[in-house]
Amino acid sequence: MTHDDFIAIWLTLKLAGVTTAVLLLIATPIAWWLAHTRSIWKSPLGALVNLPLVMPPTVLGFYLLLALGPQGPVGHFTESLGLGRLPFTFWGLVVGSVLFSMPFAVQPIQNAFEAMGPRPMEVAATLRAGFLDRFLSVALPLARPGFLTAVVLAFSHTVGEFGVVLMLGGNIPGETQVLSIAIYNHVEMQEYGPAHWLAGGMAAFSFVVLLSLNLLARRRET
Amino acid sequence: MSIRARFQLDRGEFRLDVDLDLPGRGVTALFGPSGSGKTTLLRLIAGLERAPGYLEVNGEVWQDETHFLPTHRRSLGYVFQEASLFPHLSAQRNLEYGMKRVPAAQRRVDLDRVLDLLGIGHLLERKPDRLSGGERQRVAIGRALLTSPRVLLMDEPLSALDLARKQEILPYLERLHDELDIPILYVSHAPDEVARLADHIVALDNGRAVAEGPLAATLARLDLPIRLGEDVGVVLDAVIGEHDEAWHLVRADFAGGGLWVRDNGLPSGHHVRVRILARDVSLSLSHQEDTSIQNLLQGCVSQIADDNHPALVLVRVHVGEAPIVARLTKRSASTLGLVPGKAVWVQIKAVALIG
Repeated sequence: MTHDDFIAIWLTLKLAGVTTAVLLLIATPIAWWLAHTRSIWKSPLGALVNLPLVMPPTVLGFYLLLALGPQGPVGHFTESLGLGRLPFTFWGLVVGSVLFSMPFAVQPIQNAFEAMGPRPMEVAATLRAGFLDRFLSVALPLARPGFLTAVVLAFSHTVGEFGVVLMLGGNIPGETQVLSIAIYNHVEMQEYGPAHWLAGGMAAFSFVVLLSLNLLARRRET
Repeated sequence: MSIRARFQLDRGEFRLDVDLDLPGRGVTALFGPSGSGKTTLLRLIAGLERAPGYLEVNGEVWQDETHFLPTHRRSLGYVFQEASLFPHLSAQRNLEYGMKRVPAAQRRVDLDRVLDLLGIGHLLERKPDRLSGGERQRVAIGRALLTSPRVLLMDEPLSALDLARKQEILPYLERLHDELDIPILYVSHAPDEVARLADHIVALDNGRAVAEGPLAATLARLDLPIRLGEDVGVVLDAVIGEHDEAWHLVRADFAGGGLWVRDNGLPSGHHVRVRILARDVSLSLSHQEDTSIQNLLQGCVSQIADDNHPALVLVRVHVGEAPIVARLTKRSASTLGLVPGKAVWVQIKAVALIG
């Protein structure tokens, strides 16, 4: 494995970590709203959030590239703020990954909130807890399994991402060259040895993730 | 000291329209069949649901045309049908959840007192899934009490429990009533719970209050439009008097005389309630000597009204100050020539000592 490979591994973990953290902050209120609203916007917004489940990642990457680019509306905005352009940067990848992995974070959290039902929050309100107080002291702990699933799924899904990254970030070592792209490069160059190391590592990683999810779920049942 | 509650709610199929002035002490039962709006009324008082109206609890306005105090700012305790303990917290931390959120200066209910009152001191370390149904509900009641509420709202707290668990909890509820100075609004559809616990009763039917008043007087009303069915009867306050050791009986003295009942160990001077169902009362014009019935009292017919079945009438007889209701067939009422003002002998076949 080359020096670039290790950088790619580090970059991938960093991207997945940052994406997961950002997702928790964004997905929690969205999941809460989707679990409780009776608004007519629930279905359209729910569909929008889940769009990346069915849409090819390259399509999402393509539109993001246009939107974040110098001619795009978001690009204009980030440039006017002095943040520069997001495509072909790490933070551009974060934006893409957050959108792409959104359903994997929202759905388990939303399910957990729905399974909880309204009663625990009502009880907490009759015990003098204001909204934020009861959200933190009752809703979050009760929805913990959902959050755990969301973290694992969002993280591992980001680790394996390829299409969005390629469209939006290209292939810049140290900046946007993540694991999946490094594997692709090795295969392109017919360097099967390092490709095996990285690909095998990712396969093992995925297996461990699913196994630990299963074990966690079983421990919760007993 | 009182609770003023006026609400109008219209949800198409379900309407609620009440204007109540309830006593600010003792136990008030909100009584009625399912779908009558009891639980909805309780949730409106708690602020868990909204409807236009006015609500004032012991001098503090919780809702009027312009203001709506959110639930967590209302000084109330709420006990739900299912105990609804927080499953991630131990019994102790459940108990402390509300208490910790009330400023120390406003805490009037003491933790040790509640543990003792509800008999839950030995359960503190346990998580809710390690408690029995009855224990869970006792912890839930304690949790609500520890917020030192101005009013305790209880939504059929016994209905999710089997008979044995009910018998386990009822004495604790009686102690709440006797020992704490917190008014309780108690939702129930079970006449026996109401007879045992309530001082005041509001009968709800179809979203309206159809009768309201002190328990004994309200139960003795013959025009009560709620269907008590087999449970029509009166509840009288009494004091344990003489003991008849040889026959294991005690006399419960009430405003109209004394009733011999089975001795279950209560000392003389103890205050009790006795419940007499209308179906256990018969009337005769003369004093019967050769009867197995032990409790014979002289009274005076005060009112006669139709019962649910066309063959039956309800007759209210005043024995001294106390009203007793008898269920007779129309034919026997006619044969005896019963009219208001007529003197009769009341024969009571069964008396239940409650509380």
